[in-house]
Amino acid sequence: MSNILQAIDVHKAYAAHVALNGVSLDIPEGSIFGLLGPNGAGKTSLIRIITQITAADSGEIRFRGERLNPSHIGQIGYLPEERGLYKKMKVGEQLLYLAQLKGLSKADATQRIKGWIDRLDLRPWVSKNVEDLSKGMQQKVQFIATVLHEPSLIILDEPFSGFDPINANLIKDEILELRQRGATIIFSTHRMESVEEMCDNIALINRSRKVLDGSVRDIKDAFKTRTYEVEGKGRLMVIHPDFEVLEHKERENDHFYNRIRLHHGTTPNDLLRYLIGNVEIHAFREQIPSINDIFIRRVQETMPETLTEQELAVKS
Amino acid sequence: MDKIWLIIQREYLTRVRKKSFLVISLLAPLLLAGTTLGIAKLSMPSSADEVAVYDASGLNLLTQLVATDEVRFVPAVGASPAAATAAFKKAKPKQAALLVFPADFSLDANQGVQLLADGNVSLNRQQNIRKAVNKAISELKLTRSGLTRATIDNLKADVELSAVDLTQKGGQKNNVGATTAAAYFLSILVYMFIFIYGVQVMRGVAEEKTNRIMEVMMSSVKPFQLMMGKILGIAAVVLTQFGIWLILSYSITTLVAPLLMKPAKTPVTTAAAAANTTNAEVAAAPAADAPAVAAPRPGTAPNLWSVLDGLPIGSIIGGFLFFFLGGYLLYSSMFAAIGAAVDDQTDAQQFMFPVTIPLILSYIVSINVIINGDPNGPLAFWLSMIPFTSPIAMVMRLPFGVPAWQLLLSGALLVGGFIFTTWVASRIYRVGVLMYGKKVTYAELSRWMFYKG
Repeated sequence: MSNILQAIDVHKAYAAHVALNGVSLDIPEGSIFGLLGPNGAGKTSLIRIITQITAADSGEIRFRGERLNPSHIGQIGYLPEERGLYKKMKVGEQLLYLAQLKGLSKADATQRIKGWIDRLDLRPWVSKNVEDLSKGMQQKVQFIATVLHEPSLIILDEPFSGFDPINANLIKDEILELRQRGATIIFSTHRMESVEEMCDNIALINRSRKVLDGSVRDIKDAFKTRTYEVEGKGRLMVIHPDFEVLEHKERENDHFYNRIRLHHGTTPNDLLRYLIGNVEIHAFREQIPSINDIFIRRVQETMPETLTEQELAVKS
Repeated sequence: MDKIWLIIQREYLTRVRKKSFLVISLLAPLLLAGTTLGIAKLSMPSSADEVAVYDASGLNLLTQLVATDEVRFVPAVGASPAAATAAFKKAKPKQAALLVFPADFSLDANQGVQLLADGNVSLNRQQNIRKAVNKAISELKLTRSGLTRATIDNLKADVELSAVDLTQKGGQKNNVGATTAAAYFLSILVYMFIFIYGVQVMRGVAEEKTNRIMEVMMSSVKPFQLMMGKILGIAAVVLTQFGIWLILSYSITTLVAPLLMKPAKTPVTTAAAAANTTNAEVAAAPAADAPAVAAPRPGTAPNLWSVLDGLPIGSIIGGFLFFFLGGYLLYSSMFAAIGAAVDDQTDAQQFMFPVTIPLILSYIVSINVIINGDPNGPLAFWLSMIPFTSPIAMVMRLPFGVPAWQLLLSGALLVGGFIFTTWVASRIYRVGVLMYGKKVTYAELSRWMFYKG
């Protein structure tokens, strides 16, 4: 699979601080790519460089192998975290204007607007001013503006903020549909459950550096801690050099819940064999880290002094 | 380029479609024409005040009192002062005052003359009457001293100055009143419009910033395109408005004026010249060597625009448009930078100050130097060369006639000036529009200018 976008050793500094410090990324064509990181990590700076709002101090961005240049603007769609539209402009006119700025002809734009307006149930609002729309409606309009010119790379910064669950699902389906039709999506978010659900690949940026990247499956595999959850009946007393009990809970009627880590060289079957000899087993499963756990772990590893786990949990 | 064009279109159309634009575009010329006609009508020789004269002196003064444009005299009814007063009271709305010469009034003792009226008689009216009385008495005195009518007329001096501008083709008559009025009018127009529309540019940019649409826009267009698109779009709005005003005022004054005003001896002044009534006579003075000066034919309505004849109209209109646009571009790009740099309107005040100061100063100083001073003096020259003051100063000088080389030099400097301010503004703009929640200082602004990318 070829890469639609490559960032090679990108640096960007502002007067007071370094926003990006040697960040390299490969974003495969047709994937949903999660760009993760705590606030102020440099995500927005990277996105602004990709959307050509600012330029990198050094390093290079390649779009389908070509050095990024203004001719690519029409192939990129960007939904910023800070949403905004011209309040006094009618929905239809606004969409037409934004589409034309992306290089669409008036006829093409008009036709596509019609299609999207119907898909997202905005028909009654077309000739209303944007300020008369609810926030959710405005978000829909903004989403349409982002994808109207059928960009091959769509950058969505916190796309679900401001949507109720129903509309969030609607937008999620639209995003998956766009991917189906061949678009690549960069997804910048704090909402880890949507990352896990939708992303094929992720990169984690912290303190202006990339600290982790790869496919979601690989990362999860890499972050497995060889920990297994065991539920059953009986009195479990693990005294064994190959296993370590991380957590033990007694429940009523002689039931228990344990988290057990395997030491190196031991297999889950070894553990099972040991358990079967001692207790009655009701459940046995591997504990797979969530992206949220991985995120928090990595962020704390790279800046232990600044954020506590609670703070990060609140932010995500 | 076509992106700038799209932006210009949007900026233009959203403003022109507003109801307020329509209202201002239609109302302003109506108001202007209305005031002009009002002033013109008021300054027309209206019916003269009628003053009743009761003369007990036996000098037969009534025959000597010469009627003027302002006042005319009629004999009072009644044989006694009391009867005359009673009659005057009855005739009051028609008669403005009652002038009473007592029985002991003589040419040697000019005392006891009374002017009776309801309430105070205005100073102006008193003076008019006094002048007429003084003239009558001195005529009588002169006659008494044995001079003949012919000698008296011969002794009077009546010199009229007619200023001729040698720089004009054919030594046209110089129309000082119209020139001064045009200078005032045009320069205040430039001043007001640069200010009003410069602030509109600033508000537009600030609005885009608070709407948070900047980031979306910036991912499609270059900051410079967005800034210039807005500035040029609003410039097109101004020009449209000027166009509408010109057409409307012209049609109103030419179509409606004849209906409102009867043919008068003196032509009535236009908006530009309304401030000065004496020039009307200058313009009307029939002169064989001034073909451009239209003397109204008896029986036809006066052409309101004829006062402007004799002014270098072509260079005034061309120069006005050029210097207005140049000044607008110069100042509005700075206003755009302010709008981009600040988060809310109140912060804008501190930055607006240094931008508006040169604008205000150049207007005030120019009036003193150019209109009240020497329109071609060294200070006037420099004011009309410096790009920050030239839009106003040069426009003020235009009606007086400016040498071509000065126009070209000043124009070139102005173009250079706005290229410079636009460059500076665009550097500040591109950083400012994406900067939120930061209190901006001048030091900060100057750093932005040297940011890369």
